[in-house]
Amino acid sequence: MPDLKTLVLGRKDAQDLDTETELPHELMTVNMGPSHPAMHGTVRIVLTVDGEKVVKGDVQPGYLHRCFEKESEYATYTQIFPYTDRLNYVSPMINNVGYAMAVEKLLGLTGKLPRRAEYIRVIVSEVSRVTDHLTCVGASAMELGAFGPFLFFLKAREWLYGLLEKVSGARLTHSYVRVGGVNKDLPDGWTGELALTLEQIDGVIVEVEGLLNGNRIFRDRMAGIGKMTREDAIRWGQTGPIARACGVDYDVRRDHPYSVYPEFEFDVPVGTTGDCFDRYLVRVEEIKQSIRILRQAIAKIPDGPIMVDDPRVALPPKHEAYNTIEAMIRHFKHIVDGIKVPAGEGYSFVEGGNGELGFFVVADGTGRPYKCYCRSPSFVHLSTSETLITGHFIADVVPIFGMINMIGGECDK
Amino acid sequence: MAKKVLDALVAKHGAAIVKTEQIHGDEVAWVKREALVAVATWLRDDAAMAFDYPVFVTAIDRLDWKPLNRPPSEAWTEGQPRFEVCVQLRSSKHKHRIRLKVALAENDAKLPSLTPLWAGFNWQERETFDMYGIKFEGHPDLRRIYMYEEFVGHPLRKDYPKDKRQPLVRRPDLA
Repeated sequence: MPDLKTLVLGRKDAQDLDTETELPHELMTVNMGPSHPAMHGTVRIVLTVDGEKVVKGDVQPGYLHRCFEKESEYATYTQIFPYTDRLNYVSPMINNVGYAMAVEKLLGLTGKLPRRAEYIRVIVSEVSRVTDHLTCVGASAMELGAFGPFLFFLKAREWLYGLLEKVSGARLTHSYVRVGGVNKDLPDGWTGELALTLEQIDGVIVEVEGLLNGNRIFRDRMAGIGKMTREDAIRWGQTGPIARACGVDYDVRRDHPYSVYPEFEFDVPVGTTGDCFDRYLVRVEEIKQSIRILRQAIAKIPDGPIMVDDPRVALPPKHEAYNTIEAMIRHFKHIVDGIKVPAGEGYSFVEGGNGELGFFVVADGTGRPYKCYCRSPSFVHLSTSETLITGHFIADVVPIFGMINMIGGECDK
Repeated sequence: MAKKVLDALVAKHGAAIVKTEQIHGDEVAWVKREALVAVATWLRDDAAMAFDYPVFVTAIDRLDWKPLNRPPSEAWTEGQPRFEVCVQLRSSKHKHRIRLKVALAENDAKLPSLTPLWAGFNWQERETFDMYGIKFEGHPDLRRIYMYEEFVGHPLRKDYPKDKRQPLVRRPDLA
């Protein structure tokens, strides 16, 4: 292969210019990141540019690597929940649910959870999906100069974070889901508050769509940028909004249904052009569909227990743990030794904010996983960015990255 | 549905398959390393298989494998292959999934890359190389991806201590 200069410019030195009128120009290397305001999280791109055009981009993740998998091998199954919060920190609830489902698969608890627990999981997952998309769309709009939509969406996100805080006690790192159910029940009147908030969010979406959809600058910067074909999206293993924008009709919630998703009616938006503008449209539509699921879930949520009645995974009730020796010992063993998961392995996946979020857990019978691999959608999506940014202007790197929605914590694990 | 995939695979490539199993509903086929590319190509191109979607590549290090409440024969012993490379595939047409596994010895930890078949495995194989030191032959760009180039060792191997430090900038106070 000839060197990059010869390949792009067709010559090696200024002396080799074809005509006297052609101006001499050279390839230049530009470092973007690792800490750059337009890079979500920390990722470094070494751009080789010909003038303003990107000739080659070497994307280097890993600046946020916190050894999720190595740490997991030394933590009990319950202690891993806080780590999963820090994977995709914009939608931690979905990570919690995805990880819990993988462990439940190994324990043979899939489909045996109380219905109220499944409903709560769906509700918090969908709220998380809305916060994820609000952040992605808002931040991308801000990077293109539209500061208003960012503030509107972050305002709406804050309402939802407030609701999740009421449920879990933490604004961002919830650690709310447990193997076999959820940590605690919804507070009184919470679903009513959620219903009111959803109505307010409907208004915010109308506002932001009015600001962005017909906005000349926004459309010029998004439409036709970072195009991917349907075949490429499949070959590259893309899932979630990015794949759907390319016309891949795939949603884990519908195609490999888990939890109680089959009981809800929702549509899967699919794009046609596969560019950044379609990714934006798909995300906004998904917010609306999530709200639709939430409304159905609020109407149908049953009463009942929130934890599976299985002494292997459920902590004994507090009044028993304080008053009887058996329950106290069980509580102690549960916390210190962890949940004993029989030896085996399983891959379980959910529809995360960004796409198929999977956990591949290998258990050896002890209270700690032998291996806990996370199939993070951001990592898979980011691997296409080298191809997507090639041929575009440096300025286009920003919307492409914004719409890939690379979340550092999830990508770098 | 899913069992059909394993049956068809054994019928077509019986000599290349070491064994097949179903674990918690996941279909797993152990493939001989020499035949991996042929099997994978067939899985991708055959109309009844149509595994067009790469899901993940990772590896399992069996060095400390001593499962509880199982016969001692299942534990890992010296001389058995130490690594298992797992390749998960999905078909968007038939909605079935399969996990291919290749067993690798410690002193011969290399296998052909599947990136030419599924571009999505590019970074995944780099990650597995970075974390486990498994070489993917024919990979276009097999560099470390999470760790820095100067890093010594492979962090997810079971014999890499969890608390080992390797500061990139020399820090005598941390040594």
